[in-house]
Amino acid sequence: MTDTQAAAAAVPGAVQPLLETRGLSVDFGGLHALDQLSFEVREGEIVSVIGPNGAGKTTLFNAITATVEVSDGDIVFEGQSLLGLDPNRVTSRGIARTFQNVRLFANMSVLENVMVSQHCRTKQHAFGALLYTRAFRREEAEIRQRAEEILRFFGTRLIGYRVDQPAFTLSYANRRRLEIARAMATQPKLILLDEPVAGMNPVESAELTGLIGRLRDEWGFAIAVIEHDMGVVREVSDRVVVLDHGVKIAEGDYADVANDPQVIEAYLGKGAGER
Amino acid sequence: MTATLPPTTGPQPGGTQPEAPLAAPRPALAHDWRRIARMGSIAAFGQVFIALSNMPVRLDERLIVKPVLSLGYLVLLILPFAAGYRQGHQIKREGVPTYAPGLNEVVGGLSCGALAGGGLSLLAVLLTHFDLREPLVNWSPILLDLLAFGNATWFAAVIWLVIGGGMGAAGGVLRLLGPRIRRAVVTMALAVAGAAVLESLVVDLAEGLGLETLTDRLYARRGGVNWSSALGLAVVSGLLAVVGRGRFRQARTRVTELEGAKRTQANVGLILLTAAVLIVLPLFAGKLTNELLANVGLFVLLALGLNVVVGLAGILDLGYVAFFAVGSYSAAVLTAATSPKIAPEMPWLAALIVVVIIAGLVGLFIGAPVIRMRGDYLAIVTLGFGEIIRLLFLSDWLSGWFGGSQGITNIPAAGIFGLTDVAGTDPRRVFYLVLAFCALAIYVSWRLEHSRLGRAWMAVREDETVAEAMGINTVNVKLLAFVVGAVLGSFSGAIFAAKVGSVFPTSFLILVSIVILVVVIFGGMGNIIGVIAGSAVLIGVLGGPKQPGLLVEFSEFKLLIYGALLIWMMLARPEGLIPSVRRTRELRQQEMAQDAWLRGEVDDDDGGNGPAGSPSAV
Ligand SMILES: Nc1ncnc2c1ncn2[C@@H]1O[C@H](COP(=O)(O)OP(=O)(O)OP(=O)(O)O)[C@@H](O)[C@H]1O
Ligand SMILES: [Mg+2]
Repeated sequence: MTDTQAAAAAVPGAVQPLLETRGLSVDFGGLHALDQLSFEVREGEIVSVIGPNGAGKTTLFNAITATVEVSDGDIVFEGQSLLGLDPNRVTSRGIARTFQNVRLFANMSVLENVMVSQHCRTKQHAFGALLYTRAFRREEAEIRQRAEEILRFFGTRLIGYRVDQPAFTLSYANRRRLEIARAMATQPKLILLDEPVAGMNPVESAELTGLIGRLRDEWGFAIAVIEHDMGVVREVSDRVVVLDHGVKIAEGDYADVANDPQVIEAYLGKGAGER
Repeated sequence: MTATLPPTTGPQPGGTQPEAPLAAPRPALAHDWRRIARMGSIAAFGQVFIALSNMPVRLDERLIVKPVLSLGYLVLLILPFAAGYRQGHQIKREGVPTYAPGLNEVVGGLSCGALAGGGLSLLAVLLTHFDLREPLVNWSPILLDLLAFGNATWFAAVIWLVIGGGMGAAGGVLRLLGPRIRRAVVTMALAVAGAAVLESLVVDLAEGLGLETLTDRLYARRGGVNWSSALGLAVVSGLLAVVGRGRFRQARTRVTELEGAKRTQANVGLILLTAAVLIVLPLFAGKLTNELLANVGLFVLLALGLNVVVGLAGILDLGYVAFFAVGSYSAAVLTAATSPKIAPEMPWLAALIVVVIIAGLVGLFIGAPVIRMRGDYLAIVTLGFGEIIRLLFLSDWLSGWFGGSQGITNIPAAGIFGLTDVAGTDPRRVFYLVLAFCALAIYVSWRLEHSRLGRAWMAVREDETVAEAMGINTVNVKLLAFVVGAVLGSFSGAIFAAKVGSVFPTSFLILVSIVILVVVIFGGMGNIIGVIAGSAVLIGVLGGPKQPGLLVEFSEFKLLIYGALLIWMMLARPEGLIPSVRRTRELRQQEMAQDAWLRGEVDDDDGGNGPAGSPSAV
């Protein structure tokens, strides 16, 4: 709230982060999926979140988007706490996400998937539709236009005849692209990408890596990305955060983190089969 | 995308299956006899059930084809035939050859059918030798007489084996016919059955149009199609099917392939034509037909309302009758002079505005607690609310308002701008009023479906969690669906009150909810045309919960048939008679995914050579 803003302004030279979690904890029964985590994303930044399986990366995203309950700590976005908000309110504040296990509206067309995601940025209600008002028609046209513009961002992948195909007919890689398109359609300030290149071949993965950079440069989104592919992480990240057992064990640019002994141990430990 | 349904005959344009060549027919006796025994016994069980439900005796009075076939016998012929046909069905599996149909199918059908008929033979023998009156309340000597065609028991035992076998074999033979001839045969059967079912309607209309001579020739004096006319009808319709089918399909593809403005023009033309028919038709119809039309219209209106809730937003509401009741009762209270507590005696149209507001509020009130639940729980709770509303109207507590079980009577006719008064005494006017409101309901559903709200409904139906994560306020959106459904239902209720002239709690049993749901499912959830067709056919032919349909004889067995139909529908064609494309996909997705996987097409839409890559499939 205002005193947090004041606090941020009070520290000279400190840039206020776009998103900040303070001592964030999430418990599942006895399991501490996140433990006193402090994490931040600044305006125009691409942050990678890495860590072995079960480290709590997805849980972090879930906590930010209000899909799991936070047991302790605070999440602050643009100086305001997100705690207690419904997921749709978080989205309209300006945080969009993709899902690790792709979750599209499978039977809606590609275009409709993107159109429906503009819901919180549009206003026309039932009466406008029933009376077929000028405002309604204008907004429909705008929604469609913006959707097409977003789809064009992915080159030829999602346009042409595919626009009207139901989403479930898409290939795996295209489904992941459409998930990103859908997140873009909510007109966020921050996009959370959960393993965007998982299951893609090297060519597709390289292409998407490029897209992530362009998302920031051309659209101005701040991005947090969970990724296992170290090549991608090196390519895109301004900063890397490493989680293990719900705790942040390292943070910094790629080279620092990659050589951090704790990180190496976390990964090797997992490789040795003890979790 | 027509390609979503596996084509039964031949490859379709845009179809996905490259038809494998058929293997040579199997030898006549090479059967999985256990499967035949199983199917035959199921059919036999069904036959016995039908016989003991007393359906044949009751329906025997209704003639289909003058001296040869009554509805009573017809219901006993269907199962052996269906079993015989079904028996020849081959599951198409990768790597397993599909055999060309041959003698094998006929022999299989015959055995299945004979088994089914055997059920009746056994029943006849048992009934004569043991006194089974005690457990089997519907049993009567008439049934035995009917089964034996007036002869001795042994005759019944033999003849049903023969009839069953014959019908079963006919079912098998149907598989042998080429698609064209098969279609012609089916059309012939449907034409005769349709003429018989629609008898009262056709006679009534013909009278209005001065065409009695035609119907006198077609129908026998005491009901049923004359056998000679039935023959003629069959020949004509069969010929038409053979000659006209290609044309019909051509015309249809021509319309569906029209683009943009032309397409809209064609649609508007079709709508105007339908409207014209619906407006002109009742002018020539008598009172009974108009009564039927009015009843059907009331249910179409209800079905359209429920379709918004169930079909569009995917909320399974089992208590929809609540809104029908609220509409009826509030219209009654507002317009009737005899209303117990307050009697503002408003004109009907003015009252309607209040009714809409009340219904909307009740929708909010019921919806608010309900929509936080999901799936089965939600369905159960709505079921409860439907009952609660009825019990409230029935209760002593509120009888000062709503008259308890006495209800509210002497509800005046609905005045429309002082032009006409719409009351049950003139069903034609009721029908026109209902028609106007149906048009309104269609417009509302159509507009909303293609709006921001409609898309949000779809998203909620698809995946509520994700919809919420994409910024949709799922609570609001679902509440709105409830409210829109409530308002549309209340229209029907308000017309119902004015039509019947009285409202009682017994008009709003759970049964009404179930029947509306069945017609929506039968027609095809989420598809306006399907829902209209479904309710028109079912309510028109079988009748509503209390309203008679064209087959008046069925009224006693209506529920049985609704239930059977629902089960069959869910098993065989969950997407409904005229499915919404989207719903079909939803329901068949898994199957299709498997097919695609078998064909090795998954994850390959970038190559542009898969079926999804052909632009014609759009
Ligand atoms: N809803 C839940 N209920 C109970 N436990 C959960 C739930 N969600 C996650 N967990 C547990 O929390 C821990 C962290 O899970 P999370 O999904 O965040 O891991 P992750 O870092 O995303 O792993 P991966 O790389 O495999 O996606 C895991 O042990 C997981 O089993
Ligand atoms: Mg994860």
